[in-house]
Amino acid sequence: MPNVHDRGGWPNEEAINLDNHEWLDWQWQTQALPIVLRQKGIINSDELRRGIESIPRDDYEAMPYHDRWATSIESLLIEKGILTDKEIQSKVTEIVRRWN
Amino acid sequence: MKDSYKPDYRINDRVRIKNVYPQGHHRTPWFIKGKIGHIAAIYGKFLNPEQRAYGLDGCPKQALYRIQFKQKNVWVNYLGETQDTLCVDLYERWIERV
Amino acid sequence: MKETHDDNNTAQNHSPHPGSQPDVKLSYRASRILAIKELLTAKHVISTTELETAINSLKSRNPTDGAKVIARAWKDPSFKQRLIANSEVAISELGYALDQHTRLIVVENTAAIHNVIVCTLCSCYPISLLGPPPDWYKSFGYRSRVVKDPRSVIKEFGLLLDTKIELRVHDSTADIRYLVLPMQPTGTSKFHESELAELVTRDSMIGVSNPTLPKHRRSSD
Repeated sequence: MPNVHDRGGWPNEEAINLDNHEWLDWQWQTQALPIVLRQKGIINSDELRRGIESIPRDDYEAMPYHDRWATSIESLLIEKGILTDKEIQSKVTEIVRRWN
Repeated sequence: MKDSYKPDYRINDRVRIKNVYPQGHHRTPWFIKGKIGHIAAIYGKFLNPEQRAYGLDGCPKQALYRIQFKQKNVWVNYLGETQDTLCVDLYERWIERV
Repeated sequence: MKETHDDNNTAQNHSPHPGSQPDVKLSYRASRILAIKELLTAKHVISTTELETAINSLKSRNPTDGAKVIARAWKDPSFKQRLIANSEVAISELGYALDQHTRLIVVENTAAIHNVIVCTLCSCYPISLLGPPPDWYKSFGYRSRVVKDPRSVIKEFGLLLDTKIELRVHDSTADIRYLVLPMQPTGTSKFHESELAELVTRDSMIGVSNPTLPKHRRSSD
């Protein structure tokens, strides 16, 4: 059985959805962050893809495109010991408080 | 594009893609596994992405080829024309001579 | 399996009534990426400048860059030969370069062959020349259908391909990025290079459609 990301030829009769959305700030950041991290040799593209492919099946299908990237970046940074889940969570709480 | 090495294959060599499903990261799509095509381009050697995906250095480099398939040989009920083709870039470990 | 759209999980800059203040809330994803950014900069792993430079670089790229390359190839046969033989070196003549880890191959549409590009495994795309890919290119629908039934897919984009032409689909499974060199529309041999560039659409460089000449521009060669 193919992995969830291995998408060629899957059953799909729907017309291609041609709607396009302008990227939000966080989405530009999500696409730019790997560029900087790659330049510094902190992550590489193959790790990023592996991170996306490792997303559990149901989550992979439910998540929009940029969310999959964001999830992969986050899990790689944690895997490499650069950040911890706890400090990300604390920082998120602080940021949300700041915004509200 | 080519490194100075002697590739194992030549343009138009008939090859089969290995029909294996390893656990780790690999970029060989399911639909051409086990299928027969031919060498359409020889790209030289690249760091092995299947190793790089786990933070390893990717050495030794792996030869990369473009393999071309007749669509009718890939899909049982291909709806297009008999001359339509599909090209996929694959690393040497996935290819075997027919 | 239906995909959700990115709009669903953000309320950023959504203005319920014209003229009212935007209700700026931070979405879950936005807050996490911001958190990561702040933590990484605080730890001096990256700098804000580096990130902003990367964002600006991404934003600066768009299909007009690819169009210039195509237009040059249409106007200059020897450039076209160089573009096909060694795409990366050729585009550097126009000041373009690829990201360090990718290579470029330009595939030429002819009377006998029409090329279409996809990345079934994720969304690999020649960003350096086309800017970020459209949502449809990354969709499950495109990724699943274009390898198996490409003629139906390009028909949805308005392209009806002759039954004698070979439709060649390229799945970008490694670090090679593909760009389609569409056929030059008939009646344009006297066009200036800048006029030719205006005819080259992003979709024609992906291969799902062809450049066409607007009716009012059509003339005999």
